[in-house]
Amino acid sequence: MDGRETPPHPGRQLELVEFTCNGEPAAVAVPSHWTLLEMLRYGLGLTGTKQGCDKGDCGTCTIILDGQPALACLTLALSARGRFVQTVEGLGVGGQPHPLQAAFARLGAAQCGFCTPGMLMSASAHIEDAVVQGFAVTAESVSQALAGNLCRCTGYTKIVQAVVEAAKEIARDSRAVDEAGMGSLADSDLSAAHQVGGRS
Amino acid sequence: MSQPLDSKDVSSELPQQPSRHILGGRHGKADSLDAMTGVARYTDDISLPRMLHAKILRSPHAHAEIVRIDVSAAEALDGVHAVVVGREMPTCYGVIPWTPDEQALATDKVRYVGDAVAAVAAISEEIANLACQLIEVEYKVLPALITPEAALQHPEIKIHPNNKHGNITKSVQLAFGDVDGQLEAADLVVEGHYQFHGTTHGALEPHCAVAYFDTRQLLTVWSSTQVPHYLHRELAKVLGLPTYQIRVIQPLVGGGFGGKSEPFDLEFAAALLSIRTGRPVKLLYTREEVFLAHRGRHPFDMNYRTGFSKDGKILAVDARSILDGGAYSSFGLVTTYYSGQLLGSPYAFDSYRFDSTRVYTNKPACGPKRGHGSVQPRFAMEVQLDKAAVALGLDPIELRRRNFIGENTTTINEFHVGSSGFLECLDSVEQASGWKQRRGRLPRGRGLGVAGSTYISGTNYCIYPTELPQSGVQICLDRSGRVRVFAGTSDIGQGSSTMLSVIAAEELGVEIDDVRVIAADSDLCPVDLGAYSSRITLMAGNACLSAAKDLGGKVRDAVAKSWGCSRREVLLAGRRAQRLDDPSVWMSIQDAFVLAEIAYGTMGSTGSYQTPRQEVHGEYRGGTIGASPAYSFTAHIAEVEVDEETGEIEILHVWCAHDCGKALSPVLVEGQIEGSVYMGAAEVVLEHHHVMDSGLKADGSQRDSGPGVEGLLAASSLLDYRMPTTLDTPQLHAMIVEKPDPRGPYGAKEAGEGPLHSAIPAIVNAIYDAIGVRIDQLPATPSKILAALRAQRSGNPL
Repeated sequence: MDGRETPPHPGRQLELVEFTCNGEPAAVAVPSHWTLLEMLRYGLGLTGTKQGCDKGDCGTCTIILDGQPALACLTLALSARGRFVQTVEGLGVGGQPHPLQAAFARLGAAQCGFCTPGMLMSASAHIEDAVVQGFAVTAESVSQALAGNLCRCTGYTKIVQAVVEAAKEIARDSRAVDEAGMGSLADSDLSAAHQVGGRS
Repeated sequence: MSQPLDSKDVSSELPQQPSRHILGGRHGKADSLDAMTGVARYTDDISLPRMLHAKILRSPHAHAEIVRIDVSAAEALDGVHAVVVGREMPTCYGVIPWTPDEQALATDKVRYVGDAVAAVAAISEEIANLACQLIEVEYKVLPALITPEAALQHPEIKIHPNNKHGNITKSVQLAFGDVDGQLEAADLVVEGHYQFHGTTHGALEPHCAVAYFDTRQLLTVWSSTQVPHYLHRELAKVLGLPTYQIRVIQPLVGGGFGGKSEPFDLEFAAALLSIRTGRPVKLLYTREEVFLAHRGRHPFDMNYRTGFSKDGKILAVDARSILDGGAYSSFGLVTTYYSGQLLGSPYAFDSYRFDSTRVYTNKPACGPKRGHGSVQPRFAMEVQLDKAAVALGLDPIELRRRNFIGENTTTINEFHVGSSGFLECLDSVEQASGWKQRRGRLPRGRGLGVAGSTYISGTNYCIYPTELPQSGVQICLDRSGRVRVFAGTSDIGQGSSTMLSVIAAEELGVEIDDVRVIAADSDLCPVDLGAYSSRITLMAGNACLSAAKDLGGKVRDAVAKSWGCSRREVLLAGRRAQRLDDPSVWMSIQDAFVLAEIAYGTMGSTGSYQTPRQEVHGEYRGGTIGASPAYSFTAHIAEVEVDEETGEIEILHVWCAHDCGKALSPVLVEGQIEGSVYMGAAEVVLEHHHVMDSGLKADGSQRDSGPGVEGLLAASSLLDYRMPTTLDTPQLHAMIVEKPDPRGPYGAKEAGEGPLHSAIPAIVNAIYDAIGVRIDQLPATPSKILAALRAQRSGNPL
């Protein structure tokens, strides 16, 4: 039950896809019609990325591709060649939960949890944008940023609250890092998504 | 515990912990970091060696006889391991044992577009899909009955040939008091014709099942179900296996809302395909299949007459409802009763009657969606009250206060109501919304509306006749100072496992994270009936409390003996046992558990819960349906803005105050309130599970075109079925009211469904307050608003 399966595909050409997944090199042989979602879930056993509709409507399969949120179900696996992919499994550093994960857990922002991985990806990309572009994360900005991610349990109230709180915490810690003269905002360890996504 | 306990007994007979530590704290869900890190396993995340993938061939016709099925070409396809058809498991089943009208795969006829006909297991989904296309089915197409009107007009076209009365699946008439006399004597009689449209659950996890018939001939089924126990029974029945040969495991479920509360074709198909092949088989629905499986909110057509005295007292309610059931019975027998049985509370009145008829149609079957069977009548009832308030010149909140049912009382249909915080709920929303200062002073186009409701904390009876407990919980103490809870409960996101952790932690002096809950595995856990009718907190909570108190008492006894004091002087809290009068005397909870094990042997206990059987319901036929050990109460105020040029409605705010008895986990209760209000608001303005009909117009302005569309879904994707995004969701203001009920654990009642109900009429009443038009037929679309405004201007309001 390790989540990995590589269904045989008679008559299908297999293609090798090499890319960077959560900061580590990955190489998977996939049928050419596979989506990135299939490659992540079946090829690599990374089942944290969910399939809610398989047609780009719900946002549960949101991952970060080269620093930008993307829908894994609408991205062909082959197009990930040589690129940087981050999934929910790559959020958080050194076994410590990412501030977003901690805030979601503390504030009850996940109920069934099925939309949560995609939500976290969109939210981390938004906070990353705010850090890089220097704008403040507000309830309004979060609502805009998460409008492509459906949640059926929470009514979004606690999700928006958790993202705003996590962003504040990240900004606070960034300032602390700055004041200590240990580095700039952009390369602080708080923007893990940024580093893994390879946007720097 | 050899005897199941009614909750009344739990608190009185078992030793009390002196004070509260965990309970009522602002903790999150116990296990939520699993979901955050991608570690949590849902059914589709399970992958077994040699696993095959299955797909189901579905009917393209709304109503047809199956003349012939030829699966030879599909079987011959490379990569296909098995094809099964209906005659291989023809036994009829149904979640309600009195109405078994479904088959896993159809044998003789199909009854809606999407009815299952055959299933294929292959080495990949892709090949299984190809094989489905190779199955030849010859159909004899029959006239499709899409609307209840058509189904009632054509009893000779029977959707279920063995049904007794044409296409009527259930009809209930109940009357209490002198309805006609009271209506005659009333100062005001409000008459209204209401329609509630079909809506669906929209859980983000599509249904999925994995089945494995292993070398020991044990069938294990992992399923995204809310009711593993009922699934277990139906699998045994349809597959002809004894229940001991079947193990049902419910992994984490990605949302249910009632949409996964009965067996579906996929579990039977995956199981039979695994039996045929000896390999694990996975079957995952597409999103479109989730819309077809449905079991969502029944469309209701309702005619209501309500009599009032001039001071606003309700004298009589006369309700007639037609329920559009779709192709199968599902929970429909219960829905039909609920449509009238849950009308009384939160108000007191001396007479009412209801006449409800559920009709088969050639559409996906309707069933229980959050607030099963009572959301639709609540809409009609609360709009009626609003109309009466206007006619009598009363404040709508005041009118509701005057009709309050009270506490420790009995409804006109003989349900016992214990605690009720309805007045406090009304006070809370009135104050928070600024009702008194703002209502009547808002600019035209903006309005406030109020509504109230009640809901059950579980149904008093199991859906099959039994004297067995509704819920069992087993708790084991670990020598390392940890606690394990085994329960049949289904955590579908609502937090039932957290609830068990909180109760066990509270009673045994550990932290929430020290409790591991092993849930919903029929080989490991005692039976719980499932996550439906908002039953788990009250029922499994009581069972857990009983087992935990038993163990906690033994631990305190053992510690007391070592300290030479009485048990009452020992407190278990914060991973310690300590003396109440002298906190400097303490030992670790681990040492305390070890002392207890030395004294009593292995530390384990079970608790059971059975509903009270006396004085909770009437003795008349149907009197048991709708009865509950305890009732929750809710009040909503909504604020809307209506654009009179475009007819667009924006719901700005919804304030909701909900009496859940006692909030064991306030953060989770708020989450249930917010999620319920969100879901209810969406039903008013956005969502419609509409099935097309070439003959009749389904939705006033909406006209479905051309022949050949009968039975097709108008919205079969999450793009077309418009679930609200962050940007569509109003500001939600959740308020908890606590009126502990003696039947609930620590007084707790339900929180998962009640807060949906009156959101809907509150919004509709706010629309009236904003622009002076009534939307009695849902959904409230811009075109209906514009039509109503036109009628208003022409002096002939609709």
